[in-house]
Amino acid sequence: MEQYISLAVKAIFVENMALAFFLGMCTFLAISKKVQTALGLGIAVIVVLAITTPVNNLIFNLLLREGALAWAGYPEVDLSFLGYISYIGVIAAIVQILEMFLDKFVPALYNALGVFLPLITVNCAIMGAALFMVERDYTFGESVVYGAGAGVGWALAITALAGIREKLKYSDVPEGLRGLGITFITVGLMSLGFMSFSGVQL
Amino acid sequence: MSLRNILDKMEPHFHKGGKYENWYALYEAADTIFYTPGQVTKTAAHVRDAVDLKRMMILVWMCTFPAVFFGMYNVGLQANTAMAQMGLTEVSSWQGAIAGALTGFNPDSIFDNIIHGAAYWLPIYIVTFVVGGFWEVLFAMKRGHEVNEGFFVTSILFSLILPPTIPLWEVALGISFGVVIGKEVFGGTGKNFLNPALTGRAFLFFAYPAQMSGDAIWTAVDGFSGATPLSLAAAGGVDAILAQNITWFDAFIGQIQGSVGEVSTLAIAAGGLVLIIAKIAAWRIVAGVFLGMAATATLFNLIGSDTNPMFALPFYWHLVLGGFAFGMFFMATDPVSASMTNKGKWYFGALIGLMVVLIRVVNPAFPEGMMLAILFANLFAPLIDNFVVQANIKRRMARDVS
Repeated sequence: MEQYISLAVKAIFVENMALAFFLGMCTFLAISKKVQTALGLGIAVIVVLAITTPVNNLIFNLLLREGALAWAGYPEVDLSFLGYISYIGVIAAIVQILEMFLDKFVPALYNALGVFLPLITVNCAIMGAALFMVERDYTFGESVVYGAGAGVGWALAITALAGIREKLKYSDVPEGLRGLGITFITVGLMSLGFMSFSGVQL
Repeated sequence: MSLRNILDKMEPHFHKGGKYENWYALYEAADTIFYTPGQVTKTAAHVRDAVDLKRMMILVWMCTFPAVFFGMYNVGLQANTAMAQMGLTEVSSWQGAIAGALTGFNPDSIFDNIIHGAAYWLPIYIVTFVVGGFWEVLFAMKRGHEVNEGFFVTSILFSLILPPTIPLWEVALGISFGVVIGKEVFGGTGKNFLNPALTGRAFLFFAYPAQMSGDAIWTAVDGFSGATPLSLAAAGGVDAILAQNITWFDAFIGQIQGSVGEVSTLAIAAGGLVLIIAKIAAWRIVAGVFLGMAATATLFNLIGSDTNPMFALPFYWHLVLGGFAFGMFFMATDPVSASMTNKGKWYFGALIGLMVVLIRVVNPAFPEGMMLAILFANLFAPLIDNFVVQANIKRRMARDVS
């Protein structure tokens, strides 16, 4: 149990997807103007990550890795070169399902997220979590915790950024820096604050 | 001829079309130091209050003075004591030479200690003020806003959280980063979201760790290495601090190693209480920081650990060590970067208290956590406010329906 808690803390804070690895930046910068929308997107990313990472973990461990097909009678087959395409396929399918779900049950959020909902498919944070999961050889239980934790960390970061940007509406930013420019600086300063966790050994 | 007349006579030159129109910001700054601004509110909602931003900031600036003087005394005391121990009578650094030319290096003499400390702290402050002031005035002139006394506060706070032996070019770099990236790119005082002094300090901390952390930097004597009580505690808990003949009371008074202004909890509290009574520092934030710290420290005490002696450090030690007191009274209460709502201030303070103990205890990379804890809480301050406001709206709407 303790290892799951430390893994979750690590995924949320120490190795924050957005502010320590700078993954998922496109949506992070684009959908952070309003707290409500950012929160919605954050929850969508949590859901997608918490589902895709374990599913990809199963696919990797039961089908792709070397010797994984022993149950089918092919102990020497190594399909890990199919990793990328399988992970992307799984992510795309699950995002599609999520999109249909939101369209039907939460249309307000569906409209607010707009084109960025399908773009979660190519959100680097989600692919990144799948690849980290493979690289670090997580078990199924760990991959559930890691996926959810990475999602929570990303959601936390984007909501905080949205809060700051709502406040920055009253700022007087120099002309050339308005919009994305100041957002980049803001994100840089935010990751300075998140440095407080760097070096934590769990 | 009175001062008012002199200023009035100069004024036309600084207006549009005048000889020195680019320098209007400087004229305005000088004018409002001596006199209240002449503008009055012309439309509805007249609020009259003698305390404007300038007076408020000057008061904060003055409230740091107990910490300043005690800090200078302590820097001198630590250096002179170290010299007496090592049998030195001269120092190689130029700051030491100035102090030597003015007075001796007797660790028992308060005057000697203050002069020796001032020889280190004043150059740091002057560099901070000149370089930071340059950026402030440049942006004020180019962007057409006023030079603001907020910079007085930023500069003195920044100089007080640096170790005494820091190279002066790093001071210049740090305050430049703090003022430009931390504040001016957002439009100046009141429009930033991080505390500029802490931003500059954090920048230096990560860019030049050799001059900002370790054991050798806290005493202004070459070759002397004295660990701060916090790193002693990280190595061996309370016992290690007591083994160095430092009692809790020493740490409370402030005769310990550390950054210039952060050592004396007593002097800081004296200035901080004035701020709270004058309602400039929010008491809710101070109380929140203290309660959050005490609760988290007690929690760690109860959990306990065999390998990490910091787990056992009780909260009253956390209070007097490192930058905690200084951060609690002067940094966390920065009205710009803290939460604005009353309920939010409690959460904001508690988050700082939680984070500072967490970083000190759990993170082996940093012995001190106050700076990063406040920066971290600054990031979430707008969000906390947002949630408090939303909850309030929801509650009132629910009341309306029934």
